[in-house]
Amino acid sequence: MPHDHDHPHDHDDHAPIVEDATPGYYEVMETALRELLIAKGLITAAEIRRQIEVLDSRTPALGAKVVARAWTDPDYRARLLADGRAAVEELGISVYDDTQLIVLENTETMHNLIVCTLCSCYPRPVLGLPPDWYKLKPYRARAVSEPRKVLEEFGTVLPEGMEIRVSDSTSLVRYLVLPRRPEGTAGWSEEALAALVTRDAMIGVVPVTLSQEAA
Amino acid sequence: MSSPLPALHEQPPFAVGDRVRIATRAPIGHYRVPIYVRGREARVTRIIEPALIDNEEEGYGRNAGGLRGRYYRVAIPLARLWNGYPAAKGDELQIEIFETWLERA
Repeated sequence: MPHDHDHPHDHDDHAPIVEDATPGYYEVMETALRELLIAKGLITAAEIRRQIEVLDSRTPALGAKVVARAWTDPDYRARLLADGRAAVEELGISVYDDTQLIVLENTETMHNLIVCTLCSCYPRPVLGLPPDWYKLKPYRARAVSEPRKVLEEFGTVLPEGMEIRVSDSTSLVRYLVLPRRPEGTAGWSEEALAALVTRDAMIGVVPVTLSQEAA
Repeated sequence: MSSPLPALHEQPPFAVGDRVRIATRAPIGHYRVPIYVRGREARVTRIIEPALIDNEEEGYGRNAGGLRGRYYRVAIPLARLWNGYPAAKGDELQIEIFETWLERA
């Protein structure tokens, strides 16, 4: 008997990972362009690998640190709103892609939401890669045409009298939402505050709250 | 568009608060002006510095020369963009548009 042991055994756990789909049009184009750039000596394979490593090193924790600093240091907040890029670089967060950063402050009367209707522009240096829904057409189309409905679907109902500012990223400017500091956090440390700040709050689809229900 | 070396005290052509219109054009190339704002009137809310070459031209492989222009952050009420959007909410779109796409309204 080739298989006479009696412990529970699921061979699917060892299923090989295979990539058997034919590459699509854009995949082929990307490969061709990349190989051409390398062949012509314009960039190297090592530079591409390094850039992917840089992109993957960014997470929403960086943005959360920026927000928490702005909540606890009024001078920093002023510098952040005046020149977002310089202020995040001040915290050691390099902006590697020649974009400017405008930080949009939520207030008692104003709620900010960011979107890129043309593609998926996103403040990657401070938040990392965007979530899938941010890149898909339903969000991109509806964020500028029915932002209140979109927010409701994220569980965010704005109080009466609160205006929405939707910022569409189209060119060299990226946006980061500076959410409102939740009540009941007076005296909290910067680290404790940063732990409350989520990616979605910095996109502007939810507020920062003390309880994260699904956590 | 400004010349490569701006004159002393040269000012950007549009100022914060100016009323502008986004051009209705459909040139061949890769343009970062969404269709839904073309032809719309807007209000300048911020001038993005520094002045840059026209990267829409350069990005499409055409030499934009040494002329430089700026991006302007402009605001458009959502009620003016979409039929039936309640104006009373005060909701607005904000978007950056390059100088070559703007004219005085």
